[in-house]
Amino acid sequence: MIQQMRAPALPPQAPAQSKPKPWFSLDNRYIAPAFITCILLVGHLSFGILESYQKTLLAIVTSIALELVLGQIFFHKWVHPASAYISGISVGILLRSPAFWPYALCSAISITSKYVLRVKGRHIWNPSNFGISVMLFLAPDTVATLSIQWGNYLLPMLVIWVLGSVIIWRLHRFHITGIYVASFIAFALLRSGITGSPWLSELAPITGPMYQLFIFFMITDPKTTVRSKRGQCLVVFLVALVEAVLRLFQIVYAPFYALFMVGPTAMLIEIWLDSRRANAAKLAVAQ
Amino acid sequence: MTGNRIARALVGIFFIALLATPFVIKRMSAARDAGQSKPDASTALARHGFYLQEVSHAAGINFIHQAPKLDPQLDAIMPEVASMGASVSIVDFDRDGWPDIYVTNSAIGSKNALYRNMHDGTFKDVAAELGIADVNQPGTGVSTGAVWGDFDNDGYEDLFLIKWGRPELFHNDHGHGFTSVTGQAGLPPWLNANTAIWLDYDGDGLLDLFIGGYYSEDIDLWHLTTTRIMPDSFEYARNGGRKYLFHNLGNGKFEEVSARVGIDSHRWALAAAAADLRGTGHPDLFLSNDYGVSELYFNDGKRFHEVGQQTGVGFAPKSGMNTAFGDILNQGRYSVYVSNISEDGILIQGNNLWVPQEGTAGDTIKYQNLARDFGVELGGWSFGAQFGDLNNDGTLDLYLTNGYISLDRNRSYWYDFSKVAGGNSTIIGDAKNWPAFEGRSLSGYQTKRLWLNDGAGKFVDVAQSVGVTDTYDGRSVALADLWNRGVLDVVVANQSGPLLLYKNTVAPGNQWIEFELEGTSSNHSGSNRSAIGAQVTLFWNGQRQVQEVSGGSGFAAQNDRRLHFGLGRNPHIEKAVIRWPSGKTQTVNKPTANQLLKMKEPA
Repeated sequence: MIQQMRAPALPPQAPAQSKPKPWFSLDNRYIAPAFITCILLVGHLSFGILESYQKTLLAIVTSIALELVLGQIFFHKWVHPASAYISGISVGILLRSPAFWPYALCSAISITSKYVLRVKGRHIWNPSNFGISVMLFLAPDTVATLSIQWGNYLLPMLVIWVLGSVIIWRLHRFHITGIYVASFIAFALLRSGITGSPWLSELAPITGPMYQLFIFFMITDPKTTVRSKRGQCLVVFLVALVEAVLRLFQIVYAPFYALFMVGPTAMLIEIWLDSRRANAAKLAVAQ
Repeated sequence: MTGNRIARALVGIFFIALLATPFVIKRMSAARDAGQSKPDASTALARHGFYLQEVSHAAGINFIHQAPKLDPQLDAIMPEVASMGASVSIVDFDRDGWPDIYVTNSAIGSKNALYRNMHDGTFKDVAAELGIADVNQPGTGVSTGAVWGDFDNDGYEDLFLIKWGRPELFHNDHGHGFTSVTGQAGLPPWLNANTAIWLDYDGDGLLDLFIGGYYSEDIDLWHLTTTRIMPDSFEYARNGGRKYLFHNLGNGKFEEVSARVGIDSHRWALAAAAADLRGTGHPDLFLSNDYGVSELYFNDGKRFHEVGQQTGVGFAPKSGMNTAFGDILNQGRYSVYVSNISEDGILIQGNNLWVPQEGTAGDTIKYQNLARDFGVELGGWSFGAQFGDLNNDGTLDLYLTNGYISLDRNRSYWYDFSKVAGGNSTIIGDAKNWPAFEGRSLSGYQTKRLWLNDGAGKFVDVAQSVGVTDTYDGRSVALADLWNRGVLDVVVANQSGPLLLYKNTVAPGNQWIEFELEGTSSNHSGSNRSAIGAQVTLFWNGQRQVQEVSGGSGFAAQNDRRLHFGLGRNPHIEKAVIRWPSGKTQTVNKPTANQLLKMKEPA
C-alpha cells in the first residue's frame, strides 16, 4: 500500500508528472522511503512501535531480494530497490504477528503479485495492499494489522499529518488525501446517524496512526491509481464509500478491503478505456 | 525465450504456492490439535498421566460471582467496565493443615465466601460467621481480589481485601474470626485496584504490602463526576491508578513508601507478583499492565529500580493480565508468564513467556519472549494463569483461563472495540464515546488451555482431553493440594459465573513432595511467619527445580503457600535447599518422596 512517490520501476512508465520545483535536492523516489523510515524511527524511538527489529528487517530483505530476482526474470535488469523497500517497510509496520513467517510471506506475496497480476503490462493492485489484505483474509489466526502503534496522542498525529501533507502537496497528490478525508468524515457522520453510535466513535479511526499511513501512502500510490485528476478524486471517493458500506457490516479492516476492491476495478476500467481509445485511434488512422 | 517463459510460469506457480502457504500451515496446526480427544478419564490418565473433574457442587460449593453495576453513565458499556472482580485465593486460615478457599464477589450487597475445608471432600462457607462475607456494602465499593499474609507474625494468615472502593485489612483472630484493622493500618480511603501482593521487600521479617491501581483512585465508579475514566491509549496509557507500597512498621501500622523507594507508575496494573529473579535474596517486583508495557522493578533491599526495557520485558506494549513465575526448564531460574489478548483476525498480541537468556544473570539478566517457541502463546482473551506440576512428572505445566465477555453468541463487539481503540486519546479516554454493548459478546465462550510441559521446551494443550471443558469468562486461577493427596487441584473464579473446582486424579507411579514453611520472625530478625519469599530448590535425578512461597500471583489469585514438586517415576532426591527470606539457608538431605515436609526456620 505504501508505494507512492517511488520511481516507476517497471514498464510501462507512469505518465510524467509535472516537475515540482526542487526545494531540496532529494530525488523524488527517495522521498517516500526517507519519510516512512523517519516515521518508523520516530515511532519506534518514542513509542517502541516495532515488537522486533528482526521482523521488520525480514520483511524488507524479503521484498528487496524478490524484487531483484523477479526483475531479472521478467525484465533482465536490476530493478531499483526503493519500491521494494517501501513495500517491505510497510509490511513491517502494518502487519502484526507474533510469528516471523507472516512477515516474509506477506512481503513475498506483495512483490510477486506485482509481476504476476498484470493487465496490459500494468500491475493493478497496490502490492502491499494486496499482500496485507490476502494475509488478513487467509491467515486471520496469525496476523492482524497495526491499529494504535504510536499511541493515541495528539502530538505525533499532528507531526505526521503536517509532514505528510507537505510532502503529498509537493508531489501534487494532496487532492487524493483531501477528498478521502472529507469523504470519510461525511460518511462517519452518516454512519453515526444510521447506527446510533457516538459520532466521535465513527470518527475515531481516522485519528489513529493506521489511517495516517493509509491516507498519505496507500491511496496515493501513482502506480495503482488512475491518471486523471478527476478520476483520482472519483476513485478515492469510491474507496471511502465502499469502506463506509463495509463498516456498516462491521468489517474491521474495511479500508484495506475497500482499496483492494476499488483500486483494481478503477485500473481495469482505465485500461479498458485506454484500449478502446487506442483501437478507435487505430481505426481512424486506418480509415 | 522459452527459458524465459518457463521462468515466468515457475513464478506463477511460486505465487500460487505463496497464497496456499497459510492453508498449509493451518492444516498442519489443525493436525497437531487433532491430538486432543474428548474427555475420558482412562484415556487421559494413560496418555497424559492425570485427569481433572469439576466437582464444585459435590464439594458443597455453589458460588456464583456477581459483577458490579457501576454509575448509570456507564450503562452503555457496563459489561466492559465491570468485567473484573472474580478472584480466588487459597489459605489455611485456621491452621488445621487443610487448605481453604476464599472467593470475592463484586456486586454491591453481594457476599464473599470463605470455604472451610471439611476434610471429607467438602467445603462449608464460613465467611459470614467469621466476619469477612458482607464486605461489599454500599459506599464501600466491591471486592476485586484477596491476598493472605501473616502481617503481625502471630502464626495466622491475615486478609487484605483488594477493592474498587475502600480496601480492607482483616486481622485473623487465631482462626476464630476476623477483625477489620483498616483504620489503624493507615491504608488509603479509596482506590480502584485489581492486584495486591504481600512481600517482605526489605527483609525485616515483616510482610509489606504492594497495591497496584487500575482505574485512578480519584474515581468513585458509582458516582462519576466525569465520564473521562477510560485509558487514554490502548497501548500507551498512563492515566491509570497509582501504585502503593506499604512498609510494615510492626505495630499494626503501615507507612506508604512507594515514591521513596522508587516506584512511581500510573499504568493500568492488573497483575503483580514478586520473586527473587536474580538470586540477590530480595524479591523483585513484576507488574503486568493493561494498555501498556510490563514493568520490572529490581529490588536491592532498600530501593526499586525499573528495568523493564533493560531486561527486555518492558518493550512491546500489550494488555498484560497475569504474572506467574515458573522454573519451566528445571534450571533453577524463573520464567515469567504474562497473558494478553489474541482474537483471530483482529488482534494477535500473543501471550508472553519471558525466559532468561542464556548467559545472562544477576543485574544484567535479560529475557526473551519464547511463548511461540514453547507453544503457550495463543490463549484467546487470556486472564489468570498458574504454573504447577499437574501430572507429577517433574516439570511445571501451565493452566490458563480466558474469555472476556460472553453474552450473545452471534453478535460481537469487536468491530466497535477496535474502531475506538485506535482513536485519539480524547476519544478513547471518554466512556461516552464508546458505542453501546447492546448484549454483544467480546471474546466470549472461549475454551481454556492446559499446557503440559515436556521439559524440553515444548508445551502441549490437553485441556479438552483431561476434562477442562468449561467456557465461562475465567479470571482467576489458584492451585492447591486441596485434599492432601499429593496432587495439585485447580480452582477457577469466573466473572459472572460459578466458582469451579477441578479435582485432580494423577495416574499411579509419579511421585511428589511438598513443603510447608514457617518463618520465625522475632524482633526484626528471621523471616515472616508466612515464609513468603522463601525459596526451595529441589535436587533430584540430576535436575533441580526452584519454587518460591508467594504472597499473590497470577491474576487476582494466590496459590496455596505450600510448595508442591512433582518428581516423576523412581525419583532419587538428593537434597532440598531452603533459602529463607532472612537469608538463612537450610538443607534437607535425601528427603523421602510422597510426603509433606513441615519446615520451621532454624533459629
